[in-house]
Amino acid sequence: MNNTITLNIVRFLSLALMQVVIFNKILLFGYINPYPYIIFILLYPIQNQPWIFLISSFMLGLTLDMFGNSGGSHAAACLLISYLRPFILENCFGLNYIHQNLKLNNAPFKQLVIYVVLMCFIHHITLFSFEVFELRYINFVLSQTLGAGIFSIATILLSLSLFRKGN
Amino acid sequence: MQQIINFLIRYRNTLLFIILFTIAFGLTIQSHSYHKSKFISSTSFLTGGLFSVTSNIDNYFSLKAYNNRLLIENAKLKNALQQKGIDTTSINTLATDSSATIQYHYKPALVINNNYHKTNNFITLNKGKKDSIDTDMGVITDLGIVGIVQKASTNYSRVISILNKNSRINAKLKKTNHFGSLVWNTKSPNIVQLIDIPRLAPLKIGDTIVTGGRSTIFPKGILIGAIKDFQLDTNESYYTVNIKLFNDMTNIGFVNVIENKNATEIKAIEKQTNE
Repeated sequence: MNNTITLNIVRFLSLALMQVVIFNKILLFGYINPYPYIIFILLYPIQNQPWIFLISSFMLGLTLDMFGNSGGSHAAACLLISYLRPFILENCFGLNYIHQNLKLNNAPFKQLVIYVVLMCFIHHITLFSFEVFELRYINFVLSQTLGAGIFSIATILLSLSLFRKGN
Repeated sequence: MQQIINFLIRYRNTLLFIILFTIAFGLTIQSHSYHKSKFISSTSFLTGGLFSVTSNIDNYFSLKAYNNRLLIENAKLKNALQQKGIDTTSINTLATDSSATIQYHYKPALVINNNYHKTNNFITLNKGKKDSIDTDMGVITDLGIVGIVQKASTNYSRVISILNKNSRINAKLKKTNHFGSLVWNTKSPNIVQLIDIPRLAPLKIGDTIVTGGRSTIFPKGILIGAIKDFQLDTNESYYTVNIKLFNDMTNIGFVNVIENKNATEIKAIEKQTNE
């Protein structure tokens, strides 16, 4: 148990740091950044208390907001996907995913991809619509969501497969 | 009562979610209004400190370009001094009482964080209240304007960039004194829009746009950019002008912050007349 807590604290800090120092400065084609810091939310232990999960995701988002001067948009997006995660897990891995002692590190690849894609797009569309917050920039929101979404998914899947055990 | 408590216990996570989401929503709304977006910002000790470290590394890659810009500016200033017939050796740099006569005071600062890909972009500077930088001071480079200081902490300050959809700066044609407002349509980081230019204004592609000097923030005549193209708006009474910035907003580096010594006095008078 202690081990999981340390692991998650380390993951929280290192992902936030990497996002701010490296990934926020990539700017592919001048405007697209990946947001792989949500790996923290994707990999958070399933059996843990939901309220700790909600608060820690909120804090992660708020940290990113402080660095990005984006009000509360990262916090809202992180909070939303961490709240929706049980439902998405249920849809991706079947009803009794809790009892199967699901480990995302060795879950079937196809289901993992669907899970990552869903979480990513929900996160990004919330993030960008909160960041822009005006209906007349809807095109900006959609193009950013699509561009950043694809880039994030690629980055997340690559880094997840780096740490995949076994095969 | 029992039922209410049961209900609360059952839906405690949803309730927590709703509370936190409301907080996030509130912060977002606050960040979109010009005067209130001050709670979550990059001027704290932690964020500013980290940006200082990363910009220390970043800046090495642009040193040559910054140096070139400095040399060009120096040459320009020396030429200007010569034209005015001022001998630089006679200027005493320690003469502090000159502040009584000089209205605008320029202070150097370094950009440690810069965004240009969002719709609300902010810049963080490495100087703050300790170096007497405060809100509503203009920020420029040698090539043109950058933005307005929006919040200052002890050691850092946050600038609302001209690439921000809330930014609105008074500007005019250099040739003729037709005034308009400088806004940004979020499309490209090199092009901003000048709106509300009257139809009678003689516009030509390549004309220079400068600040209007109608506020206490920027002095009159600071460079902004050149006209790229223009068109009449839907009412056909005002022009919307696309302006190519002289500044490269993606690589700013060193800036000057302008302090208007008379700002408080002017504001006090304006406040009196408003009441």
